[in-house]
Amino acid sequence: MAILSLAGKSLWNRRLTSALVVLSIALSVALLLGVERLRTQARASFANTLSGTDLIVGARGSPLNLLLYSVFRIGDPTNNVSWRSYQTFAAHPQVAWTVPLSLGDSHQGFPVLGTTEAYFQHYRHGRNQSLRFAEGREFTDVFDAVLGAAVADRLGYSPGQSIVIAHGVGAVSFALHDDKPFQVVGILARTGTPVDQTVHISLDGMEAIHADWFGGAPIPGLRLSPEQVRQLDLTPKTITAFLVGLHSKTTIFRMQREINTFAGEPLLAILPGLTLQQLWDLMGLAENALLVVSGLVVLVGLTVMLAALLTGLNERRREMAILRAVGARPGHIFALVLGESLVLALVGATLGVLLLQGGLLVAGPLLEARLGLAIAGWPPSRHELLLLAAVLGCGLLAGLLPAWRAYRYSLADGMTLRL
Amino acid sequence: MPETAADLSTMPPAVAITGLRFRWRANQPWVLDIPTFHLANGERLFLAGPSGSGKSTLLALIAGISRPAEGRVTVLGAELTTRSGPARDRFRADHLGVIFQLFNLLPYLSVSDNVTLPCRFSTRRRARAEAAAGSVAAEARRLLAHLGMDEPGLVRRPAAELSVGQQQRVAAARALIGGPDLIVADEPTSALDTDRRLDFVDLLRQECASVGAALLFVSHDRTLADRFDRVAELPALNRAPSAG
Repeated sequence: MAILSLAGKSLWNRRLTSALVVLSIALSVALLLGVERLRTQARASFANTLSGTDLIVGARGSPLNLLLYSVFRIGDPTNNVSWRSYQTFAAHPQVAWTVPLSLGDSHQGFPVLGTTEAYFQHYRHGRNQSLRFAEGREFTDVFDAVLGAAVADRLGYSPGQSIVIAHGVGAVSFALHDDKPFQVVGILARTGTPVDQTVHISLDGMEAIHADWFGGAPIPGLRLSPEQVRQLDLTPKTITAFLVGLHSKTTIFRMQREINTFAGEPLLAILPGLTLQQLWDLMGLAENALLVVSGLVVLVGLTVMLAALLTGLNERRREMAILRAVGARPGHIFALVLGESLVLALVGATLGVLLLQGGLLVAGPLLEARLGLAIAGWPPSRHELLLLAAVLGCGLLAGLLPAWRAYRYSLADGMTLRL
Repeated sequence: MPETAADLSTMPPAVAITGLRFRWRANQPWVLDIPTFHLANGERLFLAGPSGSGKSTLLALIAGISRPAEGRVTVLGAELTTRSGPARDRFRADHLGVIFQLFNLLPYLSVSDNVTLPCRFSTRRRARAEAAAGSVAAEARRLLAHLGMDEPGLVRRPAAELSVGQQQRVAAARALIGGPDLIVADEPTSALDTDRRLDFVDLLRQECASVGAALLFVSHDRTLADRFDRVAELPALNRAPSAG
């Protein structure tokens, strides 16, 4: 303990160099832990987004693409599914329930999802948790809207608010459905999934705002008021995709084959878990590369420490000689220099953890708003603690070299003070 | 005082050297060849010798940092030559106070921390300092006050801010803390002004006397010699032809 406090005071004496070393270690540790946290929490967040759904069905294309646009609101569908095909499978004897999904519009950059009441009943996330309402109720009217928690938070909306839906999915849109405003009737409790980022309306509402549109633009000269639209048949002609729940899990693969070979229309059915696994396999390489790079950055940080300790050593031979004269053994000198690297690594790693916490406090809400990724800050996971321990271990290992050299010096120099 | 004399005669001498020969490498000429050297317990000896006569090397041998090729070095009754390196280091921590020519202090420690430094490495000296004044810090303050360094706030100042004269007095306090039995001083006055040298030597002498420590004072400055019990000439002791 006496030696460690000496090491601390000696480092304080060289505080500019020490601060730079600590900073480089802190930044590298923050990067390493940040990458690790992002990696695991992104995985957890993705895996928690959808549960209880047996199949996702969309137009034929890439399974990954279907998963991404239907559940994560990433990317665009290549084609739609006809209402007739949807009806066919909704009425299938093996099928317990279906949830239609209709995407393509947005509000202030948040995606608008057209669906039915079945969504609130059957959509499950995390460990089979269903959606709960924080305020208000489900939509019942054509022009009712239910907001995800993040949408309500970010835009400061509460039930009763009137909102206008924009055509397309950009944050800034020039084509607004401003002739048919919606009214917020409910706000969902936070789920930590893309549901939080979504504005939910009924399929009828989705159809209603497009009743006087054709091919992505309003039909010139045709303007229908909300009252006129209500009189129309608002059954949609197409939807983007639909979720399927089966009576029995054993029929999943049979059902998948049946949908994939459906004669009426080229469709694709995927198992969400299996496709998510394909996504991980795809991303695993990039993730590992990122982890390796951040590991290398930690090595660079520790090398900076090594360089600082080694260059300082020659100027500190006098210090070592004084310590020897007052009775320090060469082992004490070894422990002193090793203790310095331990202090540097420990302070650096601690600062790195704090830096990451601070960074998450600032960037966390932004990440959640932009990507729907809820990154928890505290506590660190077991794996992260292991990484931290590895950093400290490497720090000690790196400290062995200057400590050993100081030990050699102290044996060779004794108490003679060479100028 | 007959009682003191009796005590001294029964206690082992501070330093006893017989047949010592030392060289840096096996095929190099001898640097030191001292048939016999003796420092009585509590004695204050002025060891004179020109620069480069092997004074520092002799002190390193007495302090147990170097080891002779031949002969015996016995300090306070302990034969250092047969002890291992760590054992000699422990012995030095417990029983010796060392003062250098210059740069005695760790610049990053306060004056108080510098003075108490030996107590970090020796439980014996820590215990003795605590017994003397209640705590090592109090003992450091007491010693510094004895050495004329009792300005308020001084103990907390970093050592690097002191003048050379002040630094040498702090070094003396560090050598004296915890009552070591032998003080070894290697030209401690060479960086001081002429009129300050005598003051420093007198202080050191008095303090050694009050803690009962022997003093081995090495210098080439003979004007200080009459302050000591005895004067020895290193060139006369050393039979090695050319000292290093």
